This record gives sequence, structure tokens and C-alpha cells, in this order.
Amino acid sequence: MIEISDLWFDYDGFPVLRGVSLKIELGEVVAIMGENGAGKTTLIRHFNGLLKPKRGYVKVFGVDTREATVAELSRRVGLVFQNPDHQLFAETVFDEVAFALKNFGFPEDVIERRVEWVLKMLDLYDLKDRSPFSLSGGERKRVAIASILSYDPDIIVFDEPTVGQDYGQKERLAQLIKLLKSQSKIIVVVTHDVEFVAENFPRVVLLSKGRVIADGSTRRVLTDEKLIRRANLLLPQVTQVAKHLVEFGVPGDLMWVSEIKGAILKVLGRGCT
Amino acid sequence: MNILKGFEFKHGESIIHKLDPRAKLLFSIVLLVISFIFFNPLILLLIFLSLLPLFYISNVLGDFLKTLRGSLFFIILVFVINFLTLDFIYALSLGLRLILIISCFSIFFLTTYPEDFAEALIKLKVPYDFALTFTMALRFVPTLAREAQLIIDAQRSRGLEIEKGSFIVRLKNYIPILVPLIVGAVRRSIKVAEAMESRAFGASPKRSSIVEFSFKKNDYLFIFLTISLLLFSLWLKYYLHLDDILNSYFHFGQFHPFL
Amino acid sequence: MPIIKVKGLSYRYPGSSRTVLKNITLNIDEGEYVVITGPSGCGKTTLCRCFNGLIPHFYGGNLEGEIIVNGFPVKETSTSTLAQYVGMVFQEPESQLFLLSVEREVAFGLENLGLPREEIVKRVDEALKLVGISHLRDRAPHELSGGEQQKVALAACIAMQPKILVLDEPTANLDPISAVNILNLLQSLRNKLGVTIILVEHRLEAVASVADRFIVMNDGMIVSDGDPRDVLSSTNIEGLGVGVPKVIQLYKDLKRRNVIFNLVPLTPKEVKACLMEVLEFD
Repeated sequence: MIEISDLWFDYDGFPVLRGVSLKIELGEVVAIMGENGAGKTTLIRHFNGLLKPKRGYVKVFGVDTREATVAELSRRVGLVFQNPDHQLFAETVFDEVAFALKNFGFPEDVIERRVEWVLKMLDLYDLKDRSPFSLSGGERKRVAIASILSYDPDIIVFDEPTVGQDYGQKERLAQLIKLLKSQSKIIVVVTHDVEFVAENFPRVVLLSKGRVIADGSTRRVLTDEKLIRRANLLLPQVTQVAKHLVEFGVPGDLMWVSEIKGAILKVLGRGCT
Repeated sequence: MNILKGFEFKHGESIIHKLDPRAKLLFSIVLLVISFIFFNPLILLLIFLSLLPLFYISNVLGDFLKTLRGSLFFIILVFVINFLTLDFIYALSLGLRLILIISCFSIFFLTTYPEDFAEALIKLKVPYDFALTFTMALRFVPTLAREAQLIIDAQRSRGLEIEKGSFIVRLKNYIPILVPLIVGAVRRSIKVAEAMESRAFGASPKRSSIVEFSFKKNDYLFIFLTISLLLFSLWLKYYLHLDDILNSYFHFGQFHPFL
Repeated sequence: MPIIKVKGLSYRYPGSSRTVLKNITLNIDEGEYVVITGPSGCGKTTLCRCFNGLIPHFYGGNLEGEIIVNGFPVKETSTSTLAQYVGMVFQEPESQLFLLSVEREVAFGLENLGLPREEIVKRVDEALKLVGISHLRDRAPHELSGGEQQKVALAACIAMQPKILVLDEPTANLDPISAVNILNLLQSLRNKLGVTIILVEHRLEAVASVADRFIVMNDGMIVSDGDPRDVLSSTNIEGLGVGVPKVIQLYKDLKRRNVIFNLVPLTPKEVKACLMEVLEFD
């Protein structure tokens, strides 16, 4: 699990994280949200030691990140970066996905097996001998994810995975997250896609100006107008509808279409099924 | 990267900042010429000291000194090599000359808007495409630096250890960093080209410019002073032979360490 | 007379056997606000590139059929000519700002046209003011936020006084509030300048209520084209991977339970209005 205590970090004297404390247990799926510059990207770089705390500590499975190398921590914390083009370099998709496994010293036969497994899982098997540069944007993104999943880290962090994705691609990502959750992994997603979070995440950590301003159930956090505004986000559309219908007795914290449908049917006296 | 601080534009409202870039360019070139005319270290030192006020009033002295400190290695290297092969006084003057060369470029770049520099080049008949390429290169340096860091982070997160291993291994480890960087740069240049085309690049053979340089009183004064300085230096050197007189006084060429 | 006429347009990128645009036919009238959407790879970006001649002149490839923009046949008109009538804003903020100051960036297109300096200064001032970034005039692009950068890109296009503005997913890399800001700005520019707007978007909630027309593409073809309310609520865009706004899903679900709103709602406010009508009716 991840344990962060009073984390402070600054860039050139400019404070980016101001006393962040956070705990994430095995099997949890958490969304980290906040305005641009709130510190989200800086925060997740502490999970695998790319950044070390100036004050406070970060412990991953009990190991203090200041006492481990990035390579050691990355073995257990997989970080999927936002732009796949920042990592693709190999001659084939297979080599790309095998890269991390090679770095971590896995034997050849295990590498072969693992790569094939993850390629099949992400629908990339037919592309395994292609050059990663010849693939479409969506395919490149899946290759980047595959290259992290291949070595089966216990914690997987996605940095803005929904940017530029169409609805279908986002659905597939949600399925993947569900699958990984069923394997008892910790999933952390940094995003500002409120709709995506409302549908798929039970817990939200809201950052603003380097501090945690909320940490709790998605429903409690994302339907709170004041919090949302502080973090430069928008309420989920269903919640906006609910807030408009408060005078009809509709609760103001609805997030899903099924809920608002039920509430409206109730208002109309048509009951629910 | 403190060594580069003295070449990075710093915003300011000083007289030097407001001078026409062409006047400043002229000054830097004249200074360069002067630093090659004179050999005597005393003269070179005096020239250098008289430059310092210019840095001070432009409020960029600190950045310039950072670059000097960063260049100390090269300056000392120049001194040592020339000391061991030629002569102490000569080595001193060459070291000072290097300092002067750095100074004359530094004062220019610290106080001139980068795009004004490109524009000054154009006004001096440098082809537009060339100046534009220079501007764009400057524009994307911070972006490339940021990307390089992102790429390094991404690859380290996949277990790449760039500090470990033999020389050959470390060289090989640069491939996962260079390839995405170069591919990204190529991709970006296509996007930039698209954007340029979409704003009618090449529409008219005669391009106009929003930037207009006009010499003001200060500029004429500065140019006058610059030309006077050049003429004065030439007079000192070739008429009064001040340089040679001082050199013989310092026993120039006679302090060879191994003779 | 439509400002954009497309007839039987098909296109293949050079060296590719895949037809990315398949027999597209469509007309866009002057002053229309059109949103084009569809799953990744459907051809919407490719179609946009045809509007200012990047296709076929910059990309090459095989363009068949007819496309006329502001009276100019695109196949025979250079991009530098078309660019005077069609402004284009791209998805990535960083790559479309390539100079060292905002002012120079906004002036670039006008300088390319060889306009006299006084005219350039005037237009740059106007464009900066219209977009609300006069205070950023002397800043360097890499110092700006993504939202500010896109505003600069917009100003750089507006300065050329185009008749058509094409924006290819301009808010994709922005956070929700910045995205809404840009879209509101677009709306105000449209009202002030009467410019035709073609916007490619995935995030439909923000634009559903301001667009005049929605075009949904899939696999190189137009699958649906018309009033936003009709297009978004139609069944033939279901399952395509288009992010239909939740209020529309709500409308459809309620319809299945025999609660029929008199209007397909495009905003939460409209849902309330529809509900109140149904209540009155009851």
C-alpha cells in the first residue's frame, strides 16, 4: 500500500506540494483530481521515487522512497505516462513491451510468455511485429499501457489516460481498470475527466494548490459545488441536473443517469421498478 | 546550466535594454575587434573593467558573473596551455581576451529580445528563412528540455538505469531517450509546418514586419561612442603604439617558464 | 450559396491503401456553427485538413471528388490563398505557436500577406482585445498555460479576418474550466464577427446547446447530419463510441418509460423546463 505523510515538495523554491497526507490500500481504485498546477503530476512522481520528498515521507509497501532507487520502486509501481510518444523507441511492439521486463532481469522464456499474454489482453497481438511508430494514436496508447502491465506491478498509476480519447476508448479503459482491480492491484488515475470518474471510481482525492482539499467517496466530493469550483472542475452533468431539480425534492448528490431517471419518475409519481 | 545564464535574455527597462539591437550588435562586434587588436593584458583588463558598469546598469551583472564562473574552467585551460607553451604574460592576455569575447556576446544577449535579434539580422540582409529558423530553434529549446526530462522519467519508470553500467552500456541506454526525443521533434516540426501553412506562409514574396526599428537619440549617441571607441583604439594601437610600448615594459614574450 | 461545398469527396493518404474519406457530400452555409464528432479514426481531422488545402497540397495523397471553399476549388488553390479565408486552430497548443512572443505570433499571418505595418498593428491590437489577451502581448508562448496558448492561436487566426474558423479538438489538452472558456470565447467571436465555425469535438456537453448543426462521422462516412437534438437522440449513432451527453441518455431512458419530453434537452436547465412542462400536462 501507499502511505504519504506530510509531503512537501518544491521546484526551485516554489512550493508545489504543501503537506500532503494520503493512504491507499490494496485493491483500492482512486482518482486524483485538481486544477492544472495543483500538484497532481508532482505527487505521482513520488510514488516510484522519481521525485524525493523535501519534507515528510512516502512509503510504498513499507519502503521509504528515499531509501530505494527508481528502478527498485518501479518494479512494484507502474507509471503510465500521458503521452505514449514519450516512451516508444523500439523496433517492434514486442520489443517495446518487453523493455521493462528486460530491465528488471526477467528470464527470456518468462518475457516471451508475459509479453504475449499482455498483448492478447489489450488486443495488440496481431501488431506484435509492427513498428510502434506505424500504429494509430489509440494503438500506441495501448502499447504504452501494455509495456507497464507486462511486468505486473502491484500499483498502477495512469497520468491523464483519457485525454484525447473517444468514448469507446474510455469504455475500454474502464473495463481494463475493473479487470486490474479484480486482481487486487492498487489503481491510481490522475485525471480531470469528471464524467469518467463519476462512473468508474469509488474514491476521489482532490488537490488544490498543493494541498488535499478533499479525500473521500466520489459522490461526496464530486457533487460538492464549492469543492469542485476550487479545483477548477465542473460538476458531472447528471449532478447539474439534480441541482436544478432540488426544488422538486430530488437529492442534490446524484451522479448517474439511472439515479436521476429514478428520481424524475418519482417526481412524476410514476414510481420505480 | 548556470554557464548559459549570461546568454539568456533577461527582462528589463534599462537604457541598454531600450537601445536599438543593431546599435548593440555593432557595439558587440567592435568590442570583439578591439579584443583582438590588443595583446597587452593591462589594456585588456581595463577594457573589461569598463564594461562592468554596462552590465550593472542593465541589472544583469549577476547573470553575467554566473556565466563567467561557469566558464572559469575554459578560461583557466586557455591560460595554462598558453603559459606552458609560450609565455606567462601572453597567456594572461589570452585568458583576458576570452573573458572579453564572452562579455561582448553576453551583454548583447542579456539585453536584447531574442526576436529582435532575429529581426536585426533580417535588417542586415540575412534571409528571412534563416532568421526564422534561428528564432524557432530558440523558441523550442525550453520545450525540448522539458520533453527530454519527461522521456527520461518515463524510461526510468520502466527500469532503465542511466547511471549504471560500463561506458558501452550507458551509451546504449541513451537510445530509449534519444529516439523518442528525435521522433517527437520530427513530429512537432510537421505540426509547426502545418500551422505555418495555415497562416499563409509564403503567400507574398514581399513580407512585411510588425517590428520597426528606428534609431533614437540614445542610439545615435551609442553608435557614435562605439565608433569613437574603435577609432580611439586604432589610434592607440597603430599610431601611439601603446600596446607595443606596454608589452616591452612587461617583458612580453620573455617569461617563458621553461627557458 | 453555401460557403463550403463538398461533393463525393474521397481521400487516401500517400502510400496507404485505406480510404479515409469515403464519398463525403456536404454543404455548409455562411455563419453556421457546425460540430463534427465521431470515434477516433473516423476521418474528422482529415476532413478538416481539406478545408484549407493542407489536403491535398501539404499531405499529398489521392483526393477525389469536389470541394469548393468560399468559391475556390481546393484542389487548384494554394493553402496560402485559402488561409486568408479559413483559419485553423489545432489540437496541440505548443506546436502551433512557434515564435518568441505572443505579439509576433499574432502578427505572423499578416506579415506573410505583406500588409502595411499600420494595418498589422491595428489588427493585432484588435485580435488580442477580442480574445481578451492584450495583457499577454509580450509574453513568450512557452510561459503560458494551455488555455492561454490556445487563445493565442485563436487570436493569430482572427487577426487574418477569416470567413471560416476550423478548430480541430482545440480543448482536448485543457482542463474542463479552460475548455469551457475557450468554447464561450468561440461563441462570442461568432456573435461579434459572424464567422462560420467548424468545430471537431469529443466533449459534446459543452457545445450541444450552442451549435447549429451536428455531423457525426464513422469510418470515413457521414452517419448523421442535422439539428443537434435530432442527431444526438437518434438511434443510428448509438454504439459508435460517441460521447452522447448524459441529458440525452436521460431523455431516451425516460422515453422508454413513457415519459416523453416535448423537446430533446441539451442542458440541465432544459431538463428542468421539460420536466415542468410534463408536470403541467399531468
